[in-house]
Amino acid sequence: MLSIKNLTVNVNDKQILKGINLEIKPGEIHAIMGPNGSGKSTLSHILSGKAGYTVTGGSVTYQGKDLLEMAPEIRAREGVFLAFQYPVEIPGVSNIYLLKAALNSIRKHHSQPEVDAMDFLTLVKDKVRLLEMDEKFLYRAVNEGFSGGEKKRNEILQMAILEPKLCILDETDSGLDIDALKIVSEGVNSLRAADRSFVMVTHYQRLLDYIKPDFVHVLAHGQIVKSGGAELALELEEKGYSWVEDSKAAI
Amino acid sequence: MSASAQEINNLINQEYKQGFVTELETDTFPIGLDEDVIHKLSKVKNEPEFMLEYRLKAFRHWQTMKSPEWAFVKFDPIDYQAISYYSAPKRKEDGPKSLDEIDPQVLEAYKKLGIPLDEQERLAGIAVDAVFDSVSVATTFKGKLKDAGVIFCPISEALREHPELIKEYLGSVVPHTDNYFAALNAAVFTDGSFVYIPKGVRCPMELSTYFRINAANTGQFERTLIIADEGSHVSYLEGCTAPMRDENQLHAAVVELVAMKDATIKYSTVQNWYPGDKNGLGGIYNFVTKRADCRGDNSKVSWTQVETGSAITWKYPSCVLTGDNAVGEFYSVALTNNYQQADTGTKMIHIGKNTRSTIVSKGISAGKAQNTYRGLVKVLKSAENARNYTQCDSLLVGDQCGAHTFPYIEVKQPSAQVEHEATTSKISEDQLFFCQQRGLSAEDAVSMIVNGFCKEVFKELPMEFAVEAQALLGLSLEGSVG
Ligand SMILES: Nc1ncnc2c1ncn2[C@@H]1O[C@H](COP(=O)(O)OP(=O)(O)O)[C@@H](O)[C@H]1O
Ligand SMILES: [Mg+2]
Repeated sequence: MLSIKNLTVNVNDKQILKGINLEIKPGEIHAIMGPNGSGKSTLSHILSGKAGYTVTGGSVTYQGKDLLEMAPEIRAREGVFLAFQYPVEIPGVSNIYLLKAALNSIRKHHSQPEVDAMDFLTLVKDKVRLLEMDEKFLYRAVNEGFSGGEKKRNEILQMAILEPKLCILDETDSGLDIDALKIVSEGVNSLRAADRSFVMVTHYQRLLDYIKPDFVHVLAHGQIVKSGGAELALELEEKGYSWVEDSKAAI
Repeated sequence: MSASAQEINNLINQEYKQGFVTELETDTFPIGLDEDVIHKLSKVKNEPEFMLEYRLKAFRHWQTMKSPEWAFVKFDPIDYQAISYYSAPKRKEDGPKSLDEIDPQVLEAYKKLGIPLDEQERLAGIAVDAVFDSVSVATTFKGKLKDAGVIFCPISEALREHPELIKEYLGSVVPHTDNYFAALNAAVFTDGSFVYIPKGVRCPMELSTYFRINAANTGQFERTLIIADEGSHVSYLEGCTAPMRDENQLHAAVVELVAMKDATIKYSTVQNWYPGDKNGLGGIYNFVTKRADCRGDNSKVSWTQVETGSAITWKYPSCVLTGDNAVGEFYSVALTNNYQQADTGTKMIHIGKNTRSTIVSKGISAGKAQNTYRGLVKVLKSAENARNYTQCDSLLVGDQCGAHTFPYIEVKQPSAQVEHEATTSKISEDQLFFCQQRGLSAEDAVSMIVNGFCKEVFKELPMEFAVEAQALLGLSLEGSVG
């Protein structure tokens, strides 16, 4: 599904990612943990094609294609989805309008006809129920006046409707209270499939109580300093990031 | 990677689809302007004597005036002697026009613009007056409107057939002395629409006029007059397009609306004159005086404009709220790109008691364009309990364009309430990237964000015109869901 090799990335001539290696197979869930400023969002942005970053070395292959060559909207249409750490507001554009435009642009890319209006409404209402959201949110402007938690839930709603192949969740758990965290996690779990992979960026172990990862990677100072199974997250929780950061210094 | 700010600038650069020229045989005056030209013009239009006198009076006054310089626009002085003041597709003979007599090329031009004029194809529920250069070439559904007592015809026809209405109302809202371009228009106006809605009549269909400039080296001097008698109701829309040319062309219009007691006029404009090329070459100078007199108690006039074209737009559709409880509204979207300049806004003059006005202005500026909102809210001593609400938002696309806001407020009545809100925002790269990450192209994303920004104004456009507005606008309206 995704293969990252020796990826190095600069922002404003400062090296942020210093040689990332990561292999993700279909159906797997990978958690990426690490302290603030370690480069987690940078990695998410690089995978989704945000401007302002310079790849100075390495490669990223997605479904056999060079991901870094693709325009961001092409990546999206090919199934790469980023749930943003800080979702933006778009005044005047209703949620449901954005959803429909997004879904249709993806369908068009795959030579499918535009979604039928009734089918679309049924689909959207289904997913709204799944995420225990109020239908009113559909008709409000994208993220405008939403609370932090509502914005995050809205990201997952979009993910559930667009049905991507590679889901990157950048700190979706931060800003969620415990009930919301449960609902969002159930939403994510319901999307688990043999041909769908997840990259979950998080600070905290608590999300991983609800969504069990196959692998956990610790990112520090732009490098993956430790990888392991789900138990690594527990160990981290107990010992803190200094434990792995120190272990890296020891290498 | 996602689009940079510079790239965004290019995105609303859409091809100007109405830029074609129709090859025709025409009757065109030689260039130049003097009293002889005005005599000739009045003669070719077969006008009554009083019109000629009116024109000459206006012309003499215009010669004493200077071109205004207060607007936030820059252009070289216009050589009024280098313009032809009349150009019309050749017709075999005078007399009542039927569609068969219209040059098929002209019909074809309108068809290409999405406004079929022939019987079978014409737009259902919408009567169209088609003004081509200096003449109206066709008016549809005249018979059906006549049955309802509604007069909808070219103004040049109204001069001949309804001189009593013309004498009473023409120049009663915008006098020939009003301003430089209004004086010029009064002297040389050629065609436009005339509407009269009798007492108590709700106009059975939407009325619209399509202004097309085709001939080179001509000016188009539109004159429109709409009278809504007591208790009547009418909705009117105008659309405008022109060929792509390197020379600037002048469209100097005067539009007068009169709303009597309990009458309502809804006037919508989709202005898509040729804006000039990327480097600012060519384009229409759109210098327009539009004013409504809400003469009767409880009358209402609503201006909605979507201005995307023209090299320069200089336009302030206004309401004089004379009657008690009169309502004036102004909803505006003005989009400028490349080197386009727009100085547009409104004047709301409160005279009657309990008069109310609403102003919603959305200015979008991209490329190197300048976009200015200029508005006056004036409350006279007599206007007890007058209210105004003004909301004025600017959206910048890129960082080489400008948005300016000049609100003027004069209040002489202490019980009046005047509110003004203004915002300026930019399409952020984060917004754009977010949309692209959801699968939209940068172009669709900009268009969606701009449409979202304009939503409050677009929803004021009559439903029936949505499709045409879309065709003329080049920007897609937000869809039926949400
Ligand atoms: N546009 C930028 N300009 C300069 N430094 C940046 C920029 N974006 C991110 N950084 C820096 O890159 C590092 C990694 O940031 P980020 O990927 O957001 O970390 P995380 O998501 O792990 O908290 C931080 O030191 C941050 O300050
Ligand atoms: Mg981050």
